[in-house]
Amino acid sequence: MKQTIPLTQIRPGRRAIVSGLSAEGGLRRRLQDLGLVEGREVTCVELSPLGDPTAYEICGAVIALRREDSDTVLVLEEAADASA
Amino acid sequence: MPALKAAAELNSSCAGLVIHKKEAGDRVVALAGNPNVGKSTVFNALTGMRQHTGNWPGKTVANAQGYCSRNGHGYVLVDIPGSYSLMARSTEEEVARDFICFGSPDAVVVVCDATCLERNLNLVMQVMEACPRTVVCVNLLDEAKKKQIDIDLPLLSRRLGVPVIGTAARSGEGLEDVMNAVEQLLGEPPEEKQALVPYPGYVEQGIQALLPQAEKAAHGKADARWFAARLLDGDESLRSSLADCLGFDPEQAPELSETLADVRAGMEEAGVSRTRLRDDMAGAFVRCAAEISRGVVSVTANGSSRRDRRLDKLFTSRLTGFPIMLLLLLAVFWITISGANVPSALLADGLFRVEERLAAAAFSAGVPALLTDLLIHGVYKVMAWVISVMLPPMAIFFPLFTLLEDFGYLPRVAFNLDRCFKGCAACGKQALTMCMGFGCNAAGVTGCRIIDSPRERLIAIITNNFVPCNGRFPTIISIITMFLIGGATGLLGSFLGALILVGVILFGMGMTLLVSRLLSRTILKGVPSSFTLELPPYRWPQIGKVIVRSIVDRTLKVLGRAVTAAAPAGVLIWALANVTVGGATLLARLTGFLDPLGRALGMDGVILTGFLLGLPANEIVVPIIIMTYMAQGSLLELEGPALMQLFVQNGWTWVTAVSTILFSLMHWPCATTCLTIRKETQSLRWTAVSFLVPTACGIAVCFLFSTIVRLFI
Repeated sequence: MKQTIPLTQIRPGRRAIVSGLSAEGGLRRRLQDLGLVEGREVTCVELSPLGDPTAYEICGAVIALRREDSDTVLVLEEAADASA
Repeated sequence: MPALKAAAELNSSCAGLVIHKKEAGDRVVALAGNPNVGKSTVFNALTGMRQHTGNWPGKTVANAQGYCSRNGHGYVLVDIPGSYSLMARSTEEEVARDFICFGSPDAVVVVCDATCLERNLNLVMQVMEACPRTVVCVNLLDEAKKKQIDIDLPLLSRRLGVPVIGTAARSGEGLEDVMNAVEQLLGEPPEEKQALVPYPGYVEQGIQALLPQAEKAAHGKADARWFAARLLDGDESLRSSLADCLGFDPEQAPELSETLADVRAGMEEAGVSRTRLRDDMAGAFVRCAAEISRGVVSVTANGSSRRDRRLDKLFTSRLTGFPIMLLLLLAVFWITISGANVPSALLADGLFRVEERLAAAAFSAGVPALLTDLLIHGVYKVMAWVISVMLPPMAIFFPLFTLLEDFGYLPRVAFNLDRCFKGCAACGKQALTMCMGFGCNAAGVTGCRIIDSPRERLIAIITNNFVPCNGRFPTIISIITMFLIGGATGLLGSFLGALILVGVILFGMGMTLLVSRLLSRTILKGVPSSFTLELPPYRWPQIGKVIVRSIVDRTLKVLGRAVTAAAPAGVLIWALANVTVGGATLLARLTGFLDPLGRALGMDGVILTGFLLGLPANEIVVPIIIMTYMAQGSLLELEGPALMQLFVQNGWTWVTAVSTILFSLMHWPCATTCLTIRKETQSLRWTAVSFLVPTACGIAVCFLFSTIVRLFI
């Protein structure tokens, strides 16, 4: 059984499936509106030059999230595949 | 337009917006959509207006209105700020929601991005819940095609139960059909609408319980089911809007409040927490969007997003991100300075020759010398200066900058710099508002609405003035060219100039960060809030269109402002220089009074007078300085690099030049910006802070600089 980890721990090029959110209030709503709901696939695209924020591909759009915020997104990492 | 003023006005004050109808029967159509899906492009194409567009989310922050008429009906189109959701989070999303939900638009056109349709459908369904007459416009079909994304529009229309039109707004494709669909929709009797998005059973029961009283409370101004759902959702920010727009006050509707409390208590008993309830309600839309897009969207390959990722590697990687940013800045300035030199000189030559001719003509026509002096050697001369100094650099800088903007580079700057802003407990989107400040600080201040947190927005507003706007750019460029490149000419000279200018801009950025940090440690204490920034796909800019648009729309507009501010300033200076009180002219008295302070700051009284009288528009600071020198000294015939000679005769050295550049970078915002800050913050106090902070910085930095130089040289 794989363990849920924060989205922050996903490296660039790797994919994961959202399993839950720990954020509250407005941030929770915003993350949901961006498509971060249970079962949705997320790909880590790139770190910014200073290491934070990080860009993720969600629902076909690229969204930059700060570490504090992506920490609240819990995911299951997908096994590495050839395209990654 | 006189017809506009005479026309009936419908006041929908809750969205902070007065709709300008030309006739009472005109229909109001709102244009909604996620950020950066091309709403403004659609809006411009439909109304023939030229609302500025750019490839970054949050470009439109205020509701813009336009008018079009077809087949005997008038339509008022309202361009609404981009929003991800009607369950508002940011100010701009509140504006969007209030207008859609309470502004009673006759129809809403939701513009969607075909390249990420599923997320856009989330908003579509929220809009449909609040406003039954909706038309979906799937835009950017051209980009989707490039990404080999195919969308089954008829199927989408069947599933949603509303008209769906595919468009490629940049090339105008399909836009006719959007208005046709709106027209047809408004021609039909309203249908009894079906709830498109089913909430989980327990939520539906709650809504049913609230519905009868919600209907009463909304009395036709808002959709009852929507209203009941929002009450259940318990959106905090909605409360004030409900009071403003529906005159709804929970205290006045005790029955409704009681029912609501009962429903909530029932849910708590069943073990449903508030968070779970709100999740389930938000999740209902997201899941429904996923279901609807299944089979509608088909992706065969993703070649073009691979290209985007490669470009991102280049523009945002650890190794190349910052060097490329600096190189781009340098290149833009270099092209601007080296390209502006020759036309600047030509314009000056030509315009001053006209001045001589005008003066000669006036003399032979017997115009009194006093009038000739005032109008030709005063007003005309100033305008000639303004035009020859400002026009060429603006005509080059604006198109270049707009190209970068259209390409999609600016959000990457925000992405690269966010860490620095976070370190100052500020928001990375401040980098975007700074970019807007390059054009105009007033626009930059308005642009600060893209920042969600009020605290971070205030920081961005107060520090926006550290970015030199186009009114100050030419001043800084011309002083650098005259005094700081050590006589180097040609390409080397302009390269040195660009390098120094980059230094000035970086210094301004450094001050922005420093002051942001100080503010968030003192009067605006707080921790950085959450941050989500969309990085849009790169788009190849429409070069010809960009050049024409930025010259016609921006350059000439700014120049017009400069000239209209310069003319009265010319008269004022002339008057001050010609009215004598107690043996000295008013101008001499003013500059003499300011001289000690000016000297302490490395400048002189005349330069400070220039900055003071330049309050209406920074464009006229240098012209005022020139006029004052000329009015005070004996009127010399200036030859060669005339401007520099004039300045040197009046005691300018490189220290004066650097101090003036620093003070230009850091002093009070111009009058327009101050008014905009007052409007945006709704507070005299924050306007005063925004006025004082950059001024204090300028005084401190200039004083330090000139004192240190005096000690060592």
